[in-house]
Amino acid sequence: MAILVVAAHDGKTVRANVANAVTAAGQMGPDVTVLVAGSNCADAAKSAAALQGVAKVLQAEDAAYANWLAEDIAPLVVKLAPNYSHIVMAADSVGKNVAPRVAALLDVGQVSEAIQVVSPDTFVRPIYAGNAMATVQTADKIKVVTIRPTNFKAAAGGGSAPIEQIGGDGAKGLSSYVGAELSKSERPELTSAKIVVSGGRGLASGENFKLLETLADKLGAGLGASRAAVDAGYVPNDYQVGQTGKVVAPDLYIAIGISGAIQHLAGMKDSKTIVAINKDEEAPIFQVADYGIVGDLFQIVPELTAAVEKK
Amino acid sequence: MKVLVAVKRVIDYNVKIRVKADNTGVETANVKMSMNPFDEIAVEEAIRMKEKGAATEIIAFSAGPAQCQETIRTALAMGADRGVLVQTDAELQPLAVAKLLKAVVEKEQPGLVIVGKQAIDDDSNQTGQMLAALLGWSQGTFANKLNVADGTAEVKREVDGGLENIKIKLPAVITTDLRLNEPRYASLPNIMKAKKKPIETLAPEALGVDITPRLKTLKVEEPPKRKAGIKVKTVAELVDKLRNEAGVI
Repeated sequence: MAILVVAAHDGKTVRANVANAVTAAGQMGPDVTVLVAGSNCADAAKSAAALQGVAKVLQAEDAAYANWLAEDIAPLVVKLAPNYSHIVMAADSVGKNVAPRVAALLDVGQVSEAIQVVSPDTFVRPIYAGNAMATVQTADKIKVVTIRPTNFKAAAGGGSAPIEQIGGDGAKGLSSYVGAELSKSERPELTSAKIVVSGGRGLASGENFKLLETLADKLGAGLGASRAAVDAGYVPNDYQVGQTGKVVAPDLYIAIGISGAIQHLAGMKDSKTIVAINKDEEAPIFQVADYGIVGDLFQIVPELTAAVEKK
Repeated sequence: MKVLVAVKRVIDYNVKIRVKADNTGVETANVKMSMNPFDEIAVEEAIRMKEKGAATEIIAFSAGPAQCQETIRTALAMGADRGVLVQTDAELQPLAVAKLLKAVVEKEQPGLVIVGKQAIDDDSNQTGQMLAALLGWSQGTFANKLNVADGTAEVKREVDGGLENIKIKLPAVITTDLRLNEPRYASLPNIMKAKKKPIETLAPEALGVDITPRLKTLKVEEPPKRKAGIKVKTVAELVDKLRNEAGVI
């Protein structure tokens, strides 16, 4: 049976994590279709068609789909669902919002944040903030699965799948989009950055995050934060790494002034190399760090920034 | 307007969980249990609505074993008016909970349902969205700010790129994110008062809901452990290790 990947996009290209979802979908079955729904989303559909492993792209043009309101998108996915064995979405804020609505309308369960496809009906997923791994099997006829992008390689580009136009069904009138307050940043996106520099309560103020920005810019890194730093208002919510925020797995994760609560570790412990800078040598972050420095971050971070510069 | 909040009894967020030796699940015997932290935020939001006059009555719902009474009592001590417990010792998955909630919603006719965006035990993040789907209601997920007036709810949502504002028709389901509010602690007099508030107990069968799990857990295992690495003394040493040992910069 065929697999349907539901792709979020910005109108021009599908999100980077769609390439990871396509890889995950390919492990569930050989015939992968990508749904690109939106308003003026022809370019996004083309970017999906270019992913290796995609057999077909469905482009659903409708103004109602422009802002990814679950009330309008879910019925479209449900209408297409009988042709597929699996509905797959990346477990980002779009997938988490839309997929359960689709699953309930289909009267099926959902597998959330799969990190491994064991077989077409069996998946591994983290529970308890990643402190346990559950292997779950679903008997539902249509399997709704969200996948954790960092656990699947991104599908390569260079493909040219056919794009089929399908209509939209308009707005249901339950909800409307007002606007967004998006963080503007030239830095790499947190979940796909090769290096992430992350700050916690130890930074003591939002102003002090400038120190981390300078280091991040030297390294070409994305900028993250612990829940404590976000709750304290140092940085916006979309910086949060952890159980209920973003999950990252970069080559290098530098945790600065972060104690390392299990909820934070859940979001970064799959990073290849972890560096911890903290003045408390008992901080739990050191238990997962490959390299740790005990000391004052306000002294160490500028030193590190200068040292990184001198190649 | 009645507001219904759902509260789940979970292992306390401070407890370091242990996987059972036979790999069937996580050890819950003799472990401290609490209300799911996101559900505390849901209860708090409902109470604030009542304090502002936007809500008339708050019903706290839970589903699970008899001990969920305690979780409902906590909500009552915070300020909810009465409780509904769907009591069962069977395993409950999000779709089943959403169906139980739907049955209670149809009975109670609240104008708004507020639930936590996810429970910190199974980390599913599904129940609110599923309930909205089953009821044909709108959904305001991952709420950072909620304003209810004139049959609509303005919801500021926490999304990948920052914040997003939507306007949804009531009745609706809201799921709470961390920054929506800071839940209060129940005061001693309110804890005493809560003991007198009514809790209705129902059986899933009485609601006509099939709660059969859809996912079968084959095994639960410890995650691969990360080994603690080394402590370095100087920044120069760190940069050297990152460049020449780890090869990441």
